[in-house]
Amino acid sequence: MKKVAVVGVGETKFSGPQEKTEVELFAEAAMEAITESNLKPKDIKALFIGNVLGDFAEGQGMVQSFAAENIGCLYVPANRYEGACASASMAIRDAFIWVASGYYDIVLAGGVERAATMGTGLATRTFAMFSDARYEYPAGITFPAVFAMLTHLYADTYKIPLQKLREQMARVSIQSYKHGSANPRAQFFGKNADMTVEKVLGSFMVSTPLTLHDCCPFSDGAATVVLASEEVAKKLTGKPVYITGTGQSSCGPLGNQSDYLPRIRAREISSQRAYEEAGLKPQDIDLCELHDCFSIASLIATESLGFFDYGTAGEAWEKGEADIGGKIAVNPSGGLKAKGHPIGATGAGQVYEVVKQLRGEVEPERQVEGARLGMTDTLGGDGGTLVNMIFERGW
Amino acid sequence: MEQKLIFKDYNEALKQNKLLGLKCRDCGAITVPPKMVCRQCASPDMEVVELKGSGKIRTFTTVFVASEGREDEIPYTIVMVELDDGPWIMGNLEGIDPKEASMELVGKKVKMGNKVFPGDKYSAGEGARPLFSLV
Ligand SMILES: [Zn+2]
Repeated sequence: MKKVAVVGVGETKFSGPQEKTEVELFAEAAMEAITESNLKPKDIKALFIGNVLGDFAEGQGMVQSFAAENIGCLYVPANRYEGACASASMAIRDAFIWVASGYYDIVLAGGVERAATMGTGLATRTFAMFSDARYEYPAGITFPAVFAMLTHLYADTYKIPLQKLREQMARVSIQSYKHGSANPRAQFFGKNADMTVEKVLGSFMVSTPLTLHDCCPFSDGAATVVLASEEVAKKLTGKPVYITGTGQSSCGPLGNQSDYLPRIRAREISSQRAYEEAGLKPQDIDLCELHDCFSIASLIATESLGFFDYGTAGEAWEKGEADIGGKIAVNPSGGLKAKGHPIGATGAGQVYEVVKQLRGEVEPERQVEGARLGMTDTLGGDGGTLVNMIFERGW
Repeated sequence: MEQKLIFKDYNEALKQNKLLGLKCRDCGAITVPPKMVCRQCASPDMEVVELKGSGKIRTFTTVFVASEGREDEIPYTIVMVELDDGPWIMGNLEGIDPKEASMELVGKKVKMGNKVFPGDKYSAGEGARPLFSLV
């Protein structure tokens, strides 16, 4: 196995409905990453692209081939990854494995999505496709409903009064809005920095007990990274960020996870694999961009990732232990809640943030001082796909 | 190797309020919804059995934002029920006001009927789901 570095990253602004096509959004992010890497499109040996719903959003299938050709990556392999909201992380992890194996030395990976363009009705319908079509969708399952049920189960399992849990969850959204408001690439840049517990609890009910402010938005956007072998990376940049550990795991319908719920077993297995490969423990990690599709998802994620004990993550948010300057800086980008969630690109957006943080290149008010080790956590479906990656500053 | 119980047969039975599952001949565990192998030990050596469909509510939610095509159904309550036979299964809850659904539902015993989702342009046809009511 060769050491693999991120040598460049690029990202569009994450936003509501876009006028740009998926191919155009991808190009914007890809050219930024390629230029930052001191490379040209012809240097890219293969492209691995997450895209989930382009077929529904634009009537565009096989977007990866058009996206590659559009930026002048001609006649090279281009693969599309679909793992619901974890698609781009799957793409990056596979790109990592190919570069580590020595088969390719320079690969572009990332993703693109126009979930906001679809509108709430179609987006809600298509997102429900990541639950079981035969055994869950007939009951009217939606994505918020999955995490709403996990919320009630969490309250019951850890014997936390629902009202108290909802207030703790509101703290998660408030923290995310605070950081997102300072991130120019975030969907809620300059917005909602004055969010309060009362406003979160009092906003529109989506699926009990989750309100609008417990839920991430539908988003359009693209993000990409260029990965290179250590040998190549050293020639391209003085600031390589190494991928030192990864893990991926899958599982079936929500009900079949009943031995573990509200814990997500796939996440525990995936992250343990990543920690082992990196030779690290949860307490070594300086910051984590994790999958906060809903406020409760942050609590569940930090516990499965080993940052906090089961049933205590809500208290951690109340005490600021999950914020910059706390035990672990969670989602300094604003996370899916405030930065946005263009599902096929989300994992690449997380890597973009971690790399920028490790380089010390983000806005001062949300920079994690001296960050050396960062982690990403991306979840697809109701726990059906999980990807974790660990990144280390290479200088 | 064919799966012993496929969706089509499971669905037809559910429409008659019969919940079919699979009993493992190796470890005794019950698997439902149907799978190729036992959910506990991955053995394919299972037989089709009829389950009682009774159990208790483990969690729930009332949905206020619907998928395209299902707007007329909101608000509705989804429940995850732990069957007396072991597995958890997803269905809807009737006989209550969905807007009043609260944590008091957790642990309540339920019995099973069914309701058919007629399908939409993506679903490859209809699908029944358990429709639970409090006992
Ligand atoms: Zn068995």
